[in-house]
This record gives sequence, structure tokens and C-alpha cells, in this order.
Amino acid sequence: MEKTTAIEMMGISKSFGPIQANKDVYLDVSQGEVHAILGENGAGKSTLMNMLSGIYTPDSGMIRLYGEPVRFSSPKDAIRRGIGMIYQHFNLVDVMTATENILIGQPVGFMLRTKSLSHKIRELSDRYGLDIDPDKCVCDMSVGEKQTLEILKVLYRGARILIMDEPTAVLTPQEIKKLFRIIRNMKQQGCAVVIITHKLNEVMEISDRVTVLRKGSSIGTVNTMDVDIPNLIEMMVGKKVDLQITKKSIDADRRQVLLEMDEVTVLDSEGKKALSEVSFELRKYEILGVAGVANSGQKELCESIAGLIRPDKGRIFFEGDNLVGKTPRDIIQLGIRMGFIPEDRLGMGLVGSMDIVSNIILKDYQNQPGLLIQKEECTEKAKKIVRELDIQTPSIYTSVQQLSGGNIQKVLLGREIDSSPKVLITAYAVRGLDIGASYKIYDMLNEQKEKGVGVLFVGEDLDVLMDLCDRILVLCHGEVTGIVDPSGVTKEEIGLLMTGRRKEVEVNAQ
Amino acid sequence: MIALRVTKRDVMPRKKEYAVRVLAVVLSIVFAGVIMLFFGLDPFEIFKSLVVGSVGTQMRIKQTLIKAIPLCIASLGISVAFRMKFWNIGAEGQITLGAAAATFVALNLGQTTPKPVMLLVMAMAAIVAGGLWAFIPAIFKAKLGTNETIFTLMLNYIAIKFVMYLQYGPWIDPAAQGFPKIAMFSENAILPNVFGLHIGWIIALVLVIVVHVFISKTKKGYEISVVGQSVETARYAGMNISNIIITAMLLSGGMCGLVGMIQASAIEKSLVYSIANNYGFTAIITAWLARLNSAAILLVCIVFAMLIQGGAYIQIAMNVPSSVSSIVQGTILFFVLGSEFFLQYKIGRVPQLQKEVA
Repeated sequence: MEKTTAIEMMGISKSFGPIQANKDVYLDVSQGEVHAILGENGAGKSTLMNMLSGIYTPDSGMIRLYGEPVRFSSPKDAIRRGIGMIYQHFNLVDVMTATENILIGQPVGFMLRTKSLSHKIRELSDRYGLDIDPDKCVCDMSVGEKQTLEILKVLYRGARILIMDEPTAVLTPQEIKKLFRIIRNMKQQGCAVVIITHKLNEVMEISDRVTVLRKGSSIGTVNTMDVDIPNLIEMMVGKKVDLQITKKSIDADRRQVLLEMDEVTVLDSEGKKALSEVSFELRKYEILGVAGVANSGQKELCESIAGLIRPDKGRIFFEGDNLVGKTPRDIIQLGIRMGFIPEDRLGMGLVGSMDIVSNIILKDYQNQPGLLIQKEECTEKAKKIVRELDIQTPSIYTSVQQLSGGNIQKVLLGREIDSSPKVLITAYAVRGLDIGASYKIYDMLNEQKEKGVGVLFVGEDLDVLMDLCDRILVLCHGEVTGIVDPSGVTKEEIGLLMTGRRKEVEVNAQ
Repeated sequence: MIALRVTKRDVMPRKKEYAVRVLAVVLSIVFAGVIMLFFGLDPFEIFKSLVVGSVGTQMRIKQTLIKAIPLCIASLGISVAFRMKFWNIGAEGQITLGAAAATFVALNLGQTTPKPVMLLVMAMAAIVAGGLWAFIPAIFKAKLGTNETIFTLMLNYIAIKFVMYLQYGPWIDPAAQGFPKIAMFSENAILPNVFGLHIGWIIALVLVIVVHVFISKTKKGYEISVVGQSVETARYAGMNISNIIITAMLLSGGMCGLVGMIQASAIEKSLVYSIANNYGFTAIITAWLARLNSAAILLVCIVFAMLIQGGAYIQIAMNVPSSVSSIVQGTILFFVLGSEFFLQYKIGRVPQLQKEVA
């Protein structure tokens, strides 16, 4: 089939101050092609796409659409030329219906001509296989539906080129399948689809060609059919890496119960159940994974163990003590440490404007005698953590907010691990980390497990959860829908649990 | 059309940062000069008089320092609260009540009390009163999450009106033949002079060091900084946030209360309802301009005291309203705060669009 080129980006460079986000990048995407942009965090994927969608303007280089040079000065220009971008965070109004959301910002007359609109929506839905009820309110939609609506929105605005930023990050395996079906339909209709991702399996499954970015430059474009995953990793990282999570199973008799949650219920500020009668045991020498789509109660689960929120019902036992009612301070003293990586990385756990030493000291200073704060000991500790975790920083007196995301995370996790905890709670520990750093973190968690620590690992990537964890607890809407042994289930089965289908017989991992 | 675009800057080198700030001050003076020209005044003459009027003679230097002392101590107090992002704009009221408490002690403890005892008790009373006045908004903020800005602001007026009531009512000096004033302090309630200036200057210098050490070296100071940066992080670290807010405000209010005692004892030698004399508000500006840094507070407060003193001088000597000095203060504030923007963002030109070949 003769394919015309939809997008050509030639020699694109962009820098932010001294940081060169993109350097001489080349990219071409044809009509009817699914093109994956692959790269580690900070490789410049998002910057590149933001230039294509008009948010940034390149410092140099040229963009051509269907052979014509274009220069966008705002996202509006890009939309006008048929480029639609779908972000990770949806821009939808919760209280409005699908139709109303599509209409927002559109030049319409005084009256809403819902009828002709409904017609057009139906036509688009049919053509691309989008399964959307035009009158459904956004607040009643699942994450997958919301994403479909976002796609419909840009298609309605006439997009023929779709850019999707990490579209699968928030979806269950079933929803991912559905999304891929939609993407294939769009491809058949002659649209060009660009997907930004760092999940290699998905690249192999959906894309026709892959462009790999590394440190801002384009390393090369390959046909997906001609490569395998190790090749791609080598292109991304620049060297061969050994990506094996070795799971050591420890004898069952040493795995005594460390922490027990007994029918814990937590209500959110609106009185809805954020956690509903959650019961599980965390044992020594194990990593217990927590799977679930975003906001299924993971945060509440972690916070109620750490004493940051008080359960409305239920008990939490740690070495025979009920933790409910204890202050966060007491719980830290008991040896329960938590590292929660929020989306902005700095919101919890670290103080951005302070240096590494002052951040390392954050949980220890209260144990020091006297009124003054003693930094000497922590200076040593900071040096050790920086050295052992290979944190890239000019010095230990650099303020944390100047570090890159991965290094910030290492500081946070390094501090928690350094305190030799008995229970380690990590949430999204590898969020935004590059491959090498992620595996470094997995190794660290495994080390902790072998020391007898009970690790609660709240994760996003099911593949990783299955490779790393001894057992996986699945949350859906604050309920435990199953606790499974990863060796005994498939990804799809976990996916079903994530959507709320309870497993009849729990596979008990021992 | 030239389109301008604002982009976020990376962290600037220290040297350049200072250069921008100095430039801002210079520009503010130039700009103030232009305003003066506009009003038909000679800016060179006025700036010269501002300097001469504030440091020209020994007497004037003393007057300038007398104004710098309360400004400096109040700024230090405010800086502790501000570091926690607790916007205490209630210094004026805390000063007023501190003065009232000190006065209560001075008038009731008896003339035979030894001077050191009397002054210490007065200072303690003032610190407690100022601290308590700050404690009210603090506890409401800590427990109920009320807005401290409005709360502290309103408490100023309650404090001032309360002292006015005392001055016109219960505390009126019977010897003043119906004139609404409170009795003068006896000799043992008046702060001594050291090197010709009341001892407040030593207190101010000591506090500069104490506050610096407190913020940068103590656990409580560290906690206050963490809470100011991120309440969530403080929570995760197991800090007792209510406790920290209340401690910081007791300290902040306490220092402002002490200002009240110093002013009542050394300057007015009595209590008047206008004892705070706007120092509590000016101190917000000085604390902010000094970026809450103790040593910088000392410097900025001396400069502002010069402006206040110089402003009074030009009014008398040149018949120019002292508002001119306020204009200079205002433009300095405007330019220095404005320079923050340039420290964080830079402005560049958007590359011109190429004509699309459509």
C-alpha cells in the first residue's frame, strides 16, 4: 500500500536553559501507521510531542505536515491542522455528559444543536469502533471510557494525527486491549497514531515502527517486526542490560506474620468507603504486591498503616500491638517505614528546597538528644546513600528539587531503607525511573526481603508485580478482590480482579 | 508584531541573583527620583536630605537607630511565622498588647521594686501577652484550619481599641486632670541606656543571632521550615503539626510583644494606644525584603529606619511632605518584589512564524 508521509520532523532541537531536551531529532510518520516513540524518562519524548502539538516551539529544525512546512505557535494551530494530543491526565468536566464535553470550546451557535451532534458522534463511533454513550455523565465513566471520550473529542475536532502520551498507564489489561483495537481501527482509516511509551511489550504489540530517543537525540527508527525487546532496550539505554528480577523464595516456616490488617474500613471526606473491610497479612521475608487501577484505595491502605489516617473500623496488628490510634511518630519508631512517591515526587516525603542532608535527617532528628539538630552523622549517611545508590548530584548540599526525578526517588527510598525497617511500604517506587534505575530499586527491595523485612509494594506495572512479588493483593474500589500467587495466575486474571470480579477461590501462596 | 514569551528559569548563580536585587534597588531609587521630578521637586536634593536627615548628626543617627530597634525585633518575630508560611500580619496588635501588659506590671509592681526585677517582669509579661495574642489565631489555624491572614489582621484592631479603652477609661491617670493619658512610668520601669542608646539595641542584636541559630540549628527551627515547605511531608515524617504551628506563633508573637515593652519603657515611658506606630506593618515589608534572613533583616531595618527618620526630617527642613519618603519605600518594595519575577522567569522573543505555504 502506498503510504504518504503525514509528519516529518527534521533536525529538531529544543533547550530549556542549559538543558538540551531535544537535539537534532528526526521523526517521520506515515498515514495509516502506528508509530511508537520509545525512550527512558527524560529522553525528550514529551518535549518532542509537545512541539508537534504546538505547546512548545522548536529552537531549530523543521516540521512538515503532508509535505508542507508548518510552524505552530499554539495548540490551536496544531488542532486546526488535524493534530490531536491525548494526555495522561484527562481534561474532562466531571459533571457533564460525553456530548457536552465534546462541545466545550467548540464554536457553536447560541443553541446547542444536539441532534446533529449526536449524529456525528455516532458516525465517528461507528467508524472507529469507539464504544461511548453520548449521554453518559463523565463522573460515571471508568478510566477506559474517559480515555475513549478523549479520543472521540479530538477526532470530532477533525484530528487525523493522534498523539497519545503513555495511554496505557492508567488502564487495566482488558482496557488496554480495547484501546489497541481502537488504535488499529484508526490506522485502517488512514490516521497516523503516535504513541509515547516506555512499555516494551506494548511497543511490540501495537506499533509498526519505533523511533528510539536517548538523552534528547533520536537514536534510530526501526520496523517493529525486525527487532526484539533486548534490541530496543539496548537502543534506549545505550548498552546491554541484564533485566532479570530474581525472586528467591524463603522457607514458609520463617515467614511469620508481621503485620495483620483486620477488616479495616476507611471513609473518605465525602463519607464514601475508600477502603472496605480490608483484611490481609504481611509476612517476614516476603514482598506483597498491591495491584489495582489508580485510586482504588492504595493511598488509604498505606496511610492507615503509617498512622496518617485513622481507620473508621477495623484493627491493624503489628507484632501483637494494635497500630490504630498510634501517632505516625510511634509507628515510625516501631520500624514501619513508608516511601510514597506521589505524582509530583516532592509532595510527600521530601522537602524540595532543602539539601540532601536535611532530607535524610527528616525522620531521624527527633531521636537525637538535646535541642540542637546534629547533622554530622547524617552527613555521613547522606554520603553513603549517594554513593551506594549512585545518585547523580553535584554535592550532598544540593537542594533536592534540582535533582532529576530518578535521583529524587533514590534519596527517598535510600532514606527509608537505611533505617533498617521491619516493614517497608513503597508506593510507585519506580514511577518515572529509567530502566536501569528501576531494576536497581527492585534489587534493593529484594535485598530487604532477604533480610527479613516485610515489603508492601504498591505497583503499576503488572509484569513487574508478577516478577517481583511473592503474593499480589488486588484492590478494586477499596475492596480486596483477591490475594493471588503470581505463579498461579495469568495477567488477564489479575486484570479481571482489578475490575472487580472477585476470585471464587483464593489462591493461597505459601 | 513582536510576541514575548515568558519561560521558567533555572536556578540562578548567587552572584547574578544579588546583582539583580541590587539593580532593583537602584532602579527603584531612579524611579522614585522621576516621580519627584514630576512633582517639581529636586530628587538629588531630597535624597541628599534623606541621608543627611537620618545620619547627618549624632542625634539623628540615634533617632534612626531608635526606629530601627522595634522594626528589627518585630521583623525577626514575623520572620519565624513567615518561614512556616503562617502569614502573621498581627504584629501591630501583638506589640500593642505586649506594651499593655508591660504597663500593667510597671504601674502595679510598686516603685520600690529593684529595677532589674521590674524590667524582667515587664518583659516576661509583654512576651506572654504578645504570644497569647498570636496563640489565638494559631490554635484556630491548627485545629480548624481558619485563615490566619484575616484573623491576625482583625486582632490588631481589637488590641488597639482595647488599649484605647484602657487609656480613656480604667487606666486614665487621675493626676492628668481629665486628659486621657496613662501615668508615666517610675524610674525603675525605664530601660537603661548603653552608649547613649537605650538597651534595646543590644536586645535586637542578640535576637538576630538567636533567631538565626534557632532557625538553622535547632530541631524546632527545622520543623518550622519543613512545615513551611510542605505540610504533607511534615505529616509523613511524623511531626506534630499543630504543636509546631503553635510554638512558632508563640515565639513570633512573643518577640512582637517584647517590642511593645521596649517602646513603652524606653520611648513613651508610658502607654498610648498608638504605641505600635505602624512598626508591626512596616516590619512585614522589611522581613519580606530580607527574605526572612536574620542578618539581612538587621540591614534592611536600618535602611528603612533611615527612610522613616529622613522622611520626618525633609518634612521639617524642606517643607516637603514625608509622604515622599513613603513613596521611596513603596517603590523599593515594588521593584524588589518585582525582581523576584525576573529571578524566576526570563522573557524571550517568540521566533517569528514562517509564512505557511498553504
